[in-house]
Amino acid sequence: MIEAMNTHNRPFVRTEHLPQSPPPVSTSGIIGWARENLFSSPLNAVLTIASFYFLYLVIPPFVQWAFIDAAWWGSSNKDCAGYDGACWAVVTARFGQFVYGFYPEAERWRPNLVLILFAINLLPILWDRVPGRTIAALFLVTGFPLVALFFIHGGLGLEVVPTPKWGGFMLNLIMAAVAIIYSLPLGILLALGRRSEFPIISRFCVLFIEFWRGVPLITVLVMASFILPFFMPDGFNFNELLRALVGLTLFSSAYMAEVVRGGLQALPKGQTEAARAIGLTYWQSIRLIIMPQALKITIPAIVNTFIGLFKDTSLVIVIGLFDLLQVAKSSVTDTNWLGLEHETYIFVALVFFVACFAMSLYSLYLERKLDTDHRD
Amino acid sequence: MSESIRETRSKDTLGFSGEPVIQISGMNKWFGQFHVLRDIDLTVCRGERIVICGPSGSGKSTLIRCINRLEEHQQGTIVVDNIELTDDLKQIDNVRREVGMVFQHFNLFPHLTILENCTLAPIWVRKTPKAEAEEIAMEYLTRVKIPEQADKYPGQLSGGQQQRVAIARSLCMRPKIMLFDEPTSALDPEMIKEVLDVMVDLADTGMTMLVVTHEMGFARQVAHRVIFMDDGQIVEQNEPEPFFNNPQSDRTKFFLSQIL
Repeated sequence: MIEAMNTHNRPFVRTEHLPQSPPPVSTSGIIGWARENLFSSPLNAVLTIASFYFLYLVIPPFVQWAFIDAAWWGSSNKDCAGYDGACWAVVTARFGQFVYGFYPEAERWRPNLVLILFAINLLPILWDRVPGRTIAALFLVTGFPLVALFFIHGGLGLEVVPTPKWGGFMLNLIMAAVAIIYSLPLGILLALGRRSEFPIISRFCVLFIEFWRGVPLITVLVMASFILPFFMPDGFNFNELLRALVGLTLFSSAYMAEVVRGGLQALPKGQTEAARAIGLTYWQSIRLIIMPQALKITIPAIVNTFIGLFKDTSLVIVIGLFDLLQVAKSSVTDTNWLGLEHETYIFVALVFFVACFAMSLYSLYLERKLDTDHRD
Repeated sequence: MSESIRETRSKDTLGFSGEPVIQISGMNKWFGQFHVLRDIDLTVCRGERIVICGPSGSGKSTLIRCINRLEEHQQGTIVVDNIELTDDLKQIDNVRREVGMVFQHFNLFPHLTILENCTLAPIWVRKTPKAEAEEIAMEYLTRVKIPEQADKYPGQLSGGQQQRVAIARSLCMRPKIMLFDEPTSALDPEMIKEVLDVMVDLADTGMTMLVVTHEMGFARQVAHRVIFMDDGQIVEQNEPEPFFNNPQSDRTKFFLSQIL
């Protein structure tokens, strides 16, 4: 033993370079993964087995109910009488209303077209292999809303479909899209304003942000819908949906501002200094150096806010707009479809989940793509 | 003692001839209540190389940061390349185009490649066409000996390499004056030399340089003048040989005895 220690303490010179060798097998592969993640201790092994047992109890009956024993088509709940499982007929029969509300059937190609145009407009913004991002982004907040309004609302030769007829998931999408594309730029301006050296600007931004953050969204919607008209001069009024949209946008821009400000605070001061020192102007340094980095680190928080906003659009139910949730509510009280709350609300939940999960996946893709740190 | 400080300070340019490119007179600056720069007079001639040293908190970084208005002075005048620094933002931008700066912590832009770091300002500030800006950038990256890293991101480079990129980035604007704020203080010992070598090469091209550093070997080798600052004041300035071999002020003597 003493002998061995001595050899370690002797003067020593390495004569050959040790090459890299692979890690031991037990830490890699499926077995290594299971050992590390599922059975790393007796308690974890018990929890793993209990979890699998729970899933075994829950999943097969659900699959049986939702798929195997389900009725898919019909015109009232009587058509589902012979089935033990779910009665999806309520969804398939009223699908048009879930998606479009009372929007006339013959005109539904118009919102569909707008959705396609929206996707085309969004492509250069979301995917960097399509050129023209700046122009597309500018068009999205200026020209596109007018195009969308023209097609969905009508006029100039197209049959007019007034906003109370807009409804279903389409209405949720319209509200979320408008609030998202306006609240992000507005939030960025508010965040910059809050950090401004000019006291008037920063005070105004603080006041604005704190006001909208301090009020519940339902209150904002109710104020916009019922209380605002009360103070308006007689005969002067603007569209109820537009009021809700403005309320929703201002509300979420306040949240966005604080998210973006968090990103700005996280950047080292040296980035601004370096940008100014090489001669960039204030707005150039914001656009080229500060915002790309601040937005990158706040992607998870921004998408989080977007997802919250998207789900909050269903709150317009309190001011009587006919969104997806309201369609569901009226559908379960329809005498033809009584007793189908499960199917209806599972469908509504699934629609919201798919939309929100898609946003979530895109944010993960974006984070990976923008990762230039290259530090593991 | 205070008489001797005044005596030393009045030897403004130490006989270095040339047209003055930076003129600072009677300059004072406060951080809140703290008087960080006190009655600074300094004239720098075109082609002159000045090393500024002193204990931490002596105001040496603040002094060179006032020259490109990263810090604002409250009294006195600073004239850079015939432009006086005032609240006029246009003039400040004009000065910053002519004055390059290298920071202690490099401050490269981590979301841009090395090449993009170098072409950004020429393209956006000087309106240089992209192809030409890239050509200039490669020329300077070659000069700092890392052209092969052009397409990597700053996070993939070592500290010494990053600092050399930072120097190249500044040079791409073809500045008349270069400011260095402790350029080797954040580097591992192994990497200090590669950065100093680049700075010595730059000195050989006749660039006007103001360098805040504790690398006294560098000061002896390239400086025309060494300035010692303490407590926000210029305590002593002289040519390197007399400065190191025969310092006059007790404060300078003590400082040199601590670091040499």
